[in-house]
Amino acid sequence: MSEHAHPTVKTFVAVWASLLVLTALTVFAATLELGPLNAIVALTIATIKALLVLLFFMELRYSTALTKVAVVAAIFFLMLLAGLTLSDYLTRGWSSYINPFLH
Amino acid sequence: MHPTMGLRRGLKLPDSEIAVQHNLKHHFADMEQQKETSTFGMWVFLVTEIMFFGGMFAAYLIYRLSYYNAWVAGSQTMEIQLGAINTAVLICSSLTMVMAVHSAKLGNRKLTAIFLILTLALGFAFLGIKGVEYHTHWVHHEVPGADFHFEHAGNYDPRQVAIFFSLYFAMTGMHAMHMIIGAGLLTWLLIANARGRFSPSYNSPVEMVGLYWHFVDLIWIYLFPLLYLISHHHNG
Repeated sequence: MSEHAHPTVKTFVAVWASLLVLTALTVFAATLELGPLNAIVALTIATIKALLVLLFFMELRYSTALTKVAVVAAIFFLMLLAGLTLSDYLTRGWSSYINPFLH
Repeated sequence: MHPTMGLRRGLKLPDSEIAVQHNLKHHFADMEQQKETSTFGMWVFLVTEIMFFGGMFAAYLIYRLSYYNAWVAGSQTMEIQLGAINTAVLICSSLTMVMAVHSAKLGNRKLTAIFLILTLALGFAFLGIKGVEYHTHWVHHEVPGADFHFEHAGNYDPRQVAIFFSLYFAMTGMHAMHMIIGAGLLTWLLIANARGRFSPSYNSPVEMVGLYWHFVDLIWIYLFPLLYLISHHHNG
């Protein structure tokens, strides 16, 4: 932990401006026809925005290791939730059993 | 009579020292430990909130893959301009919130109050715009229920669009409810700030409400692209 390091007002304004620019960018990207890439581009921009909010506005960058572990654990379990659920749903068609969700 | 009252008269402790003794709960060693405990506790609460919203996000993802055409049709009823404006409003409210926390840490009561009021105002602006959108959906019979009606113009079952709207209202509704709770917390902070409860040595409540407010912003950062943007140019 960097002892009592705190972001300055300048940092906050820079993060705020970046968030607004990224919002404009994601709205612009939605007007392009990118097929499946539309979702990937939008979610990538959203994740950059989320990281900016987490690290600077929520001061995670300056938090204790314990707090960081809690947040990383949340992200891990969120991935587990989405990943395992999708691996179930997306592979149901592969099953040789009769699938009640498809018939 | 409060225990610090005698101290104040007898020993002539500096004000900051009195504030520390007044605010330090007996089960903590010092203010530093107390603050770290609050921060960690707040984050653990926010982690449960992430998992709560995560369940709805997972449901949204699975349904979008299963009922893709209906999802595109439902998503294209969203007004991107209003969604984008609301995103900007929330981002601005996060800046004013962070400035309120910063001012509280410096012990500037007046600036803290100004930034808290600005955050509150932006929060209400968000809810107002969300209300306009809800009203449009209501008028267009897009609220799931007996009155639900969706012009069928693609290869999908309109009932699947009703599922889209159910999730839309569940997710944005829970988000809006968090905003309303946040507005209540901001009001509480404003009153406590006016009573001089916060100082450079004790401002955890402002900081914790700040974390909560940014978390609500964080959820919207994902709701906006998922509900409004990613299906904008797709064909249902």
